[in-house]
Amino acid sequence: MIRVRALRKHYQVHERPPGLAAALRSLLHRRYKTVAAVDGIDFDIAPGERVGFLGPNGAGKTTTLKMLAGLLHPTAGEASVLGFEPRRRDRELLRSIMLVTGQKQQLLWDLPPADTFELNRAIYDVPRAQFRRTLDELVHELDLGGLIEKPTRQLSLGERMKCELAAALVHGPKVLFLDEPTIGLDVTMQATVRRFVKAYNERTGATVILTSHYMEDVVALCPRVIVIDHGKLSWDGALDELVRGTRPEKRVALRLGAPASASQVAALGAKVIEHDDAHVVLQVEVAQLSGVLSRGLASLAVDDLTVEAAPLEDVLSDLFRRGRDERAARAEPAEPGA
Amino acid sequence: MSARPASTRSGFAPTLRAVPTLLRIGFAGVVAYRSEMIVWILTTNMPLVMLALLRAVAAEGPVGRFDAARFTAYYFATLVVRLLTSAWVVWELVYEIRQGTLAAKLLRPLSPLVPYATDNLAALPIRGALVLPIALVGVLWAGPERFTHDPLSWLAFVVSVAAAWAVTFLVMLAIGTLSLRWESSLSIYDLWIAAYFVFSGYLLPLELFPPRVLAVVRWLPFRYLLSFPVEIALGALSRREILLGLGAQLGWLAASALLAHLIWRDGLRRFAAYGG
Repeated sequence: MIRVRALRKHYQVHERPPGLAAALRSLLHRRYKTVAAVDGIDFDIAPGERVGFLGPNGAGKTTTLKMLAGLLHPTAGEASVLGFEPRRRDRELLRSIMLVTGQKQQLLWDLPPADTFELNRAIYDVPRAQFRRTLDELVHELDLGGLIEKPTRQLSLGERMKCELAAALVHGPKVLFLDEPTIGLDVTMQATVRRFVKAYNERTGATVILTSHYMEDVVALCPRVIVIDHGKLSWDGALDELVRGTRPEKRVALRLGAPASASQVAALGAKVIEHDDAHVVLQVEVAQLSGVLSRGLASLAVDDLTVEAAPLEDVLSDLFRRGRDERAARAEPAEPGA
Repeated sequence: MSARPASTRSGFAPTLRAVPTLLRIGFAGVVAYRSEMIVWILTTNMPLVMLALLRAVAAEGPVGRFDAARFTAYYFATLVVRLLTSAWVVWELVYEIRQGTLAAKLLRPLSPLVPYATDNLAALPIRGALVLPIALVGVLWAGPERFTHDPLSWLAFVVSVAAAWAVTFLVMLAIGTLSLRWESSLSIYDLWIAAYFVFSGYLLPLELFPPRVLAVVRWLPFRYLLSFPVEIALGALSRREILLGLGAQLGWLAASALLAHLIWRDGLRRFAAYGG
């Protein structure tokens, strides 16, 4: 369904130092450098998968997304979506994909969302009966009753996002690219959007590719993640494997019935992340987990305890730090004989 | 690369099917912005300012073939043609390129040029309704005898106004698309509109220009965007001149369509290379 091989996107970027003299010099002689936004990545995505594209800002996620959507042409390599080469912008491919961005809206600002839905029906050439059926489902699932007849400008950000999703789905896309869909939304609305996207994927079998800096989105939606860092793939696999492989330690959180001293906590033999009168949070190697738990339950007044994997933010920070260290090591090879 | 599945539907028929809805939604948008449109019409008052000035001049005696009544007919016809042939796609396009919202439109299975055109065309009924009383005042004030009574000339007028709108739209499209390459494309439009004001007959009737300047102006596109339909409405052209003028308009239409196409294609290539 989606196949990517040795995909690259290199940009020529104009460079000039600050200052008037440099500005004048750049009028006569412009200096360019090549930036590898995406630098040879490979992956396959099967129909119906939900995949998260993760990476720091400028890592190449959105560039990859835009190449898959046909907006950007690759410098080299291959990309195929639903059997089409995206750069050719075949009508059938464009009818089968959709990009939803949390930061840019497609709803007509001064008209009710119902007009945008109707506009998309015409643009995507959706038969009226199918449109009616799909819209009824979307209105029900997203609880849009009463919203779609109001001018878009009168809707809250969350209401607009729900209508954006409905507008994006009236033609039943087979591939849905979601670029930061929950940005700026309150936690309730974020959860609503996540629940809806998951249910939509399960009901229709549409493939969902998500980029988000909210790790809750990724944890809730994406069993598989593709991590891109400096244009290269640094992880492609199951989310839980990424967590286990990068941060095998567990987080143990203890709720205390009585305060514990620092020496009592240190005696548990694990790295202390947080400690106050009511809580202790520890980072524990899996092999030592049972020992730490036994000691904790025996020596402290524990009211409650939870054992969790490390937060995804920490896992990714570790992954990106390792990538940085490896790049630095390649850039500064050890001196001969050292 | 994997083999591409065959497309199951042709591209042209769905576009045609979409047009009535696009026009209807475009019209709803115009209705939503009706107050802005009325303000815009009220600010398009330069012909009336020029009319006041030149009627005062003509009170001393005719200027060329222009007496006060002819100036009245000329500037009212100018105002009507200007209001009917205006477009705003250059600002819309530059805004969408700067905001990055053009990308979403490029992902649709319909060229963004179609909704731009229908949005601009959808304003015509309201513009027509607003222009009608202006035209009526012009006819009553200048006198019906100041306008052509030939039905074929009025037919040619309608065709020439449509062609003038199309050339205006395409030139705006070409200039707006330049924003994919240069950030200063609105400055280019400022240059274009300054030349339009002078050489289209918007400020002064072209026949009052010195003959040498007029000889140059006849080779520029601006006359065909305003003065030519006005000259037809005033009955100032023979049928042969009307036919020649319509032919020239057709030529400018083809040239502007080619220019817009080439710049749009180049802009999309650049967009695909560098992103929006």
